[in-house]
Amino acid sequence: MEKSISLKADQITADLLPQKFGKRGMIWTTVLIIVALFGLYAYYRQLRYGLIVTHMRDYVSWGIYISNFVFFVAISLVGSLITAIFRLTNVKWRTPLTRISEIIAVSAIVFASLIIIVDMGRPERFMNLFIHGRIQSPILWDVLVISTYFFISILLLYFPLLPDLKILLKFKEKTGKRLNRLYRFQGSFWKGTRAQFRISERSISILCVLIIPVAFCIHTVTSWLFATTYRPGWDSTNFGAYFISGAFLAGAGAVVVAMYVFYRYYHLEKYITLNHFDKMGRIVVMLALVYLYFNVNEFLTPAFKMKESEKGLIRQLFAGSYAPMFWFAVLVGMIIPIFILVFKKGRRPFPMFITGIMVVVGAWFKRYIIVTPTLLHPFLPMQNVPTSFMSYFPSWEEWAIDAGSLAGALLVITFFVRIYPIIPIYETITEQNEKDEH
Amino acid sequence: MNENIKQSRREFLLTGLLASAAVAGCNTNNPFAPGDDQIKPSGQMVKLLSVDGNVIEMDKAFLKPVPDLPPVSNSEARRGIAGKKFVMVIDLSRCKNVRACQKACNHMHHVHPGQNWIKVLSMEESAHTAPYWQPTTCMHCEEPPCVKVCPVDATFKRQDGIVLIDSDRCIGCRFCMAACPYSTRVFNWEEPVLTKEEAAQPYNPETSTPQKRGTVGKCDFCPDMTRRGELPHCVSACPNGVFMFGDMIEDSVTNGTETFRFSDLIKDKAGYRLLEDLGTKPSVYYLPPVNRNFPYESGLENKYKPDHTYEDAHKLSTKNN
Repeated sequence: MEKSISLKADQITADLLPQKFGKRGMIWTTVLIIVALFGLYAYYRQLRYGLIVTHMRDYVSWGIYISNFVFFVAISLVGSLITAIFRLTNVKWRTPLTRISEIIAVSAIVFASLIIIVDMGRPERFMNLFIHGRIQSPILWDVLVISTYFFISILLLYFPLLPDLKILLKFKEKTGKRLNRLYRFQGSFWKGTRAQFRISERSISILCVLIIPVAFCIHTVTSWLFATTYRPGWDSTNFGAYFISGAFLAGAGAVVVAMYVFYRYYHLEKYITLNHFDKMGRIVVMLALVYLYFNVNEFLTPAFKMKESEKGLIRQLFAGSYAPMFWFAVLVGMIIPIFILVFKKGRRPFPMFITGIMVVVGAWFKRYIIVTPTLLHPFLPMQNVPTSFMSYFPSWEEWAIDAGSLAGALLVITFFVRIYPIIPIYETITEQNEKDEH
Repeated sequence: MNENIKQSRREFLLTGLLASAAVAGCNTNNPFAPGDDQIKPSGQMVKLLSVDGNVIEMDKAFLKPVPDLPPVSNSEARRGIAGKKFVMVIDLSRCKNVRACQKACNHMHHVHPGQNWIKVLSMEESAHTAPYWQPTTCMHCEEPPCVKVCPVDATFKRQDGIVLIDSDRCIGCRFCMAACPYSTRVFNWEEPVLTKEEAAQPYNPETSTPQKRGTVGKCDFCPDMTRRGELPHCVSACPNGVFMFGDMIEDSVTNGTETFRFSDLIKDKAGYRLLEDLGTKPSVYYLPPVNRNFPYESGLENKYKPDHTYEDAHKLSTKNN
């Protein structure tokens, strides 16, 4: 496939320069801004009236803010998969996907942090985490690893961008004055000398090694927010691995969706090729199988024993009021994608796009299923409370804030693509040259 | 007669507190201080339990009422009362779901309408076992899961065994609520419903009032009362003497009218704690519902009516004001 296309450096640069928003891009961005603003309005209401505007109550004290947080953390793991794991294992075809996955990781981790602040009853006391922080609390572990992950991800986004900024600076008339100033601010110190490249290469290598344990930490610690409690459905030694495997799947799904958008609407077919879709499709199958395995582990043994404390929860998930969502998450989020993607035809761009969406949507509801139903099965019976405390369905404010956060994350990606080349120009040229030499 | 006994119980508690204060090295309020010869013995003797568990006799004239204590500082509230280990025994054979405990507690702590710090649960272990009423408070665990997970030390365990919340520090993450296996914690989802006077009081973790929006609340064992040598509100409010409160080190608990040696009571009546297998080691003990004073059914007439107006409580109360 790739052999047939031999590209000149100028052509590559011209293809990969950031594109102005077209009509579609404008509509897309406007819609996202409206959704995000609506979320902000809902948050204003929450700040004004308190968490009463949500439908969380004393039993279900964590709702879709927390499940959305888990979702974002999960998605962000893909940055480490494609950038670091693929780099260290020398997967060549990763180049056009690295920056896509890294910006997904950065925007997801930013909104994970924001949504957790939204969930707080007293967001203005956020600094207490640093003033009075207790290192025994898993929340503090999460604060530490998430901020570490954020900074490593930002650097992994930035360092490979430097040679591209140098290229971008040459196209002042095309990119416009303002962007040119931004590029200069961010990358004018980069002269592209051999010494600079050596430092940059070395830093990226170190960061790639560093980010893998940190990535495992962010999601393992997030799973421990649940697994360190006694609650049925959360009290599981399987939780870390279960969350990590689910996170890689969700993130890979998100990358597939993004790949299709850039392939189809940014006309980058020459760079994101059918081969990439095929390879990513295989990876998604593998990740879905691994996640399915951990799901079987998570549910089969408790369901086999049917301990009194877990019985109610398992029944509600398997056949009760949460059964549709539970089986949706399993079928749409794992099993059906496996069946689509094992076939070669299923790994063509459009079916891949649909499967990617299925995986991501399934992943979102999977987190809902992990967080909420457990809280409706406390050890002592739910009594002496208003009826509204005994069930949970998110209020419009919660939906709006969650939707707003998703829109916000997509906006970050959209603007990033507007400002920077989403496919690394410099690396693509270098690889092309290497290929031509052979 | 009854009144008399009640009186002497109170004094007994008072002295216990004073004696322990003396042990702690605080001599200012010591009624036994030498040189205090203005006091003439009245000839009326009372029996007291000393800190080391001995019964001593003492002239009533030597007893002094405890003056109103100044409000405790935050660091004192966090430290707790030295030499004490508070414990509660709940006798299930006496409970008939009157819920006077709940009302008194809600009233004294300005708990949001619809929420309760004390829940009186209708329990039935399995289909063929007997139902019973079980008042549940905070268990003030020795290994409190809520304290373990709190990221900012807003909920803490004191030397006297009480687990408290500092609402001035709580960030409202609600991890403690997820961690508590007894579902004892409630959250101030909205601005608490308070009168102007209630809201104007200075906040203190020992009174847990005035409560604050966006923070967690729960049963606090009324440390403001115990500091004054008085019983928690639920204990004194219960007409059936279900709740017995006391000090593990003194090895005594009382419901205001009867006093028991804690260890004997637990041994004789086969006391137990809730969810023992979780290893939380509660400070609240239960006596099984055997030889009951009331049939379970007698509590049904007072069954909890769900409050549909939780979300409107604020609007309703502001209208009334």
